[in-house]
Formats: sequence, structure tokens, C-alpha cells
Amino acid sequence: MPNEVKAFKPKIVAFCCNWCSYAGADLAGTNRLNYPADVKIIRVPCSCRVNPMFILRAFQRGADGVILCGCHPGDCHYTTGNYYARRRMTLLFSMLDYLGIEKERTRVEWVSAAEGAKFAATMNDFVETVTRLGENKRLEDLRCKE
Amino acid sequence: MQGMMIARAGELLENGTVTRVLGWQTGEFVYDITPAVFESAEELEKGFVYNSFCGNNLSKYLIQASRKEGKILVFLKPCDTYSFNQLIKEHRIVRENVYIIGIPCDGKTDGEFLKAKGVKGILGIREEGDNFVVDTLYGEKTIAREDALPERCRNCKSKKHMVYDELMGEEGEVLDSHRFDMVEKLEAMTPDERFAFWRSQLSRCIRCNACRNVCPACSCEKCVFDNPQSGIAQKAAADSFEENMFHIIRAFHVAGRCTDCGECSRVCPQNIPLHLLNRKFIKDIDTFYGEYQAGEDTESRAPLTNYTQEDVEPSIVYTRGGNN
Ligand code: SF4
Ligand code: SF4
Ligand code: FES
Repeated sequence: MPNEVKAFKPKIVAFCCNWCSYAGADLAGTNRLNYPADVKIIRVPCSCRVNPMFILRAFQRGADGVILCGCHPGDCHYTTGNYYARRRMTLLFSMLDYLGIEKERTRVEWVSAAEGAKFAATMNDFVETVTRLGENKRLEDLRCKE
Repeated sequence: MQGMMIARAGELLENGTVTRVLGWQTGEFVYDITPAVFESAEELEKGFVYNSFCGNNLSKYLIQASRKEGKILVFLKPCDTYSFNQLIKEHRIVRENVYIIGIPCDGKTDGEFLKAKGVKGILGIREEGDNFVVDTLYGEKTIAREDALPERCRNCKSKKHMVYDELMGEEGEVLDSHRFDMVEKLEAMTPDERFAFWRSQLSRCIRCNACRNVCPACSCEKCVFDNPQSGIAQKAAADSFEENMFHIIRAFHVAGRCTDCGECSRVCPQNIPLHLLNRKFIKDIDTFYGEYQAGEDTESRAPLTNYTQEDVEPSIVYTRGGNN
């Protein structure tokens, strides 16, 4: 884009479960796999620690996309946390879509501690999707923008 | 009906089955009905009313009332019994302290609703066949029931009581309602249209909290919206984000527990169709996790405190067809 002074770089918040995806992110790092630095990781004890308010708050504070990563279904450290998270996020994302908010700005991925490559690939793909969507306008809070 | 109810309530007070009666009384205007507790036959005689304006769902008041000493009599319409069951399931009501009389309901109209239809100076109301006859300062006005009922009653989901100790009148049936039609219409719109629709609705919210306060499913003792740390406690929304946040969180908190009683939409002074948010969750739950009607029973696990290993992935939201 010749006219653009600065290319749009989305801010991404990634909630990562301590027992899997957070370690997956680490592994991606140790293996020197690239993923954009604009992905800000927030470590949570389990994917089900994340309630809808977390997702909304992330958007309020300037995120353009929010992704939740947890252990694969069946592998949750607390056995069932991610099953509950799965239902909650399904319903929440569907509601956001119903309100006309771009559904591609939210995502859930199951990434284990051994899947460094999947972590990097997931983030690259998500960043690409959100970049295409542009800035988050529909769930923004102007008071939180610089 | 009112006479029968007063007589029966008087009897139950007299023979000591109950010590108090939870019912309705007239507020500032005849159509301004408010829930009230009566303790004697005289009080009942003086204040108890039951008419086509008595839409208020009394279940929620039992959270406090059933914790007091002595049994309380409550009159519940079919839709109110769903809320009652839901509150029992959540251990919010002491069942032993409540005596329920189920009463039939053919739909309740609403003063504000009639006024919006041009009926002024309302003095009273009665039902005659398929019509409401409204007594007004300008003479009697007859209005077809169909035209005088708010959305929730036109789409009534059930005339059958889910719970009662005693029934007055005939028991009805669970109905086949069209309550998801409007949700489907919205789903068929483009995201831009939906966004515009919801902006036009939610931007009118004055954050009076009435929808939360009236809701029988909203019964937390400490509400997130009262938490000073939340940044949105006890104040009007500062911008569109806060409006969206309030409404998403309010609806989400009752997802899987909302019985679709319609009280939230009834009390909203801004006429925001809150039921369209609740019903979206109900419809999604039905589609994704199997048909579920909150308040139908007191045993089953609510959809959000339950799971199966085969549940759909959140990505269903992107992959299912159409605009939704
Ligand atoms: S959200 Fe509205 S319809 Fe649902 S239980 Fe509460 S008041 Fe009733
Ligand atoms: S009752 Fe209506 S105006 Fe009041 S907080 Fe609820 S939606 Fe907003
Ligand atoms: S511990 Fe990782 S999702 Fe529950």
C-alpha cells in the first residue's frame, strides 16, 4: 500500500493455559519459530479461568483480536476445565457475531506443550486474519486509545 | 378470579397453612401493579388485586420471603413456575416455606403498552371473550386481546404449570410458540445490519438496572455491575463499549438459566428487546447441546455447568452457513 505511512499491525491478546499452550509458546521460542511480536500472552491457570469479561476487557483495552489457547479436550490439567471453556466461548463468540461484531476477531485453539510449531502457525494465521479485518472498531473504547 | 383468590387465601391464612400471602396490589395508577405481601383477610380485602395488568412474576420475591419464618402463599402463572423451579434448582428458595397456588393466564397486557396504542386515562380493565374492555376517562374502549398483548404473551411458551401445591382453574398445555422467529430474522441479516440494529437498540439503554433487578435468574448477592472495581458500577454507560459490555454480560450471566419469562423486556423503560439477546443464547444452546428449557425441572444440569466430549468446537461460529 504505497500511500499508507504505517502498515496496520494488529494488537493480539492470547490467553494461554499454563499447562499447555504457555509451554507451547515457550517451545516455539526455543525452537526459534517466528510469530509476530504483537501477540501479547497472558498466562492463565486453565482455559476455563477465562470468562467473557476477560475477552471483552481485552477488546476494550485495545486488542484487535483475542485468542484463547488451552489443552486439547481430554487433556486438561484439571480434567474438565476446557470442556466448560469450550461451551462458554462457543456461546460468547456466537453472541458477538449476533451483535454484528466480526467473529474472526475471536478464536479458540487447543495447543499442547509439545506443539511449538502449531503455536507459531496458529498465531501467524490469526494475526494475518485480524490484519485483514483491520482495527477493532465495533468493540472499542475510545477512552482507552492513545 | 380475584374474588376466588382472595377467598382461598383468606382460608389458608385462617387455618394456619400460611402466615402471609404474596400477591399484587395497585400502585399509583390502576395499571401500575406492584407485588405486595398481605398478612390478614382484611388486608387482602382492601388491597389484593388480580387483573389483566398483573404481569409481574412473583418468584423472585420468594428468595427473601421464603427465608423468613412461617409459610408464604404465592400465586404463580404458568410462566412464573419456570422461574420458581429454576430458583429451587439454584437453592435460592426454601421450598418448605412456600405454598403455591397455580393460576391460569391468558396473557397480561400492560398500561404503557396500551398508552402507546392511544388508550388514555385508564381507570380499569376486564376481559370479555377475546377482548379486553378498558374503562377510561373517555368511556369504554374494547381492544382485541391479540392487539393488546406484549410480545412475550403473544409468543407464550406454556400454559402448563411446572410446579404447584394447588391449582385454580384448568391446567393448560405447553405451547408451540414462534419465539425464535425474530432471532432467525436477525441471524439472516448481514453483520453490518445486525450491528446497526443493535446499536439503535442498546444505545438507548439508560442503565437503570431494572432488567437485572427484576430478573428471577439474576439473583447473585454481589453483582459484577455493582463492583466499584468494574468501572461500570451504578452509572450510565459512558460509550458504546460499556453498553455492549453490560448487555453481553447480563445476557451471558443468565444463559442456560433464563426461563424466557420476559420480565426484562417488560420492565425496560426504553423498550429494548432484551428477550432477543436471551433467546439467542437459548436457541444456540438448543442447537449445539440439545433442547433445554430452564425451569422445566429442578434436577437437570444447566447447559453451562455441563459438557460432553463431543461438543461442537467454537469454530462452528465461523463455519456454519448463512450470515450467522
Ligand atoms: S433474562 Fe429476562 S426473560 Fe430471562 S429469566 Fe431474566 S427476566 Fe426472565
Ligand atoms: S431495563 Fe432497559 S434501560 Fe434499564 S438497564 Fe435494562 S436495558 Fe437498560
Ligand atoms: S489446564 Fe489447560 S485447559 Fe485446563
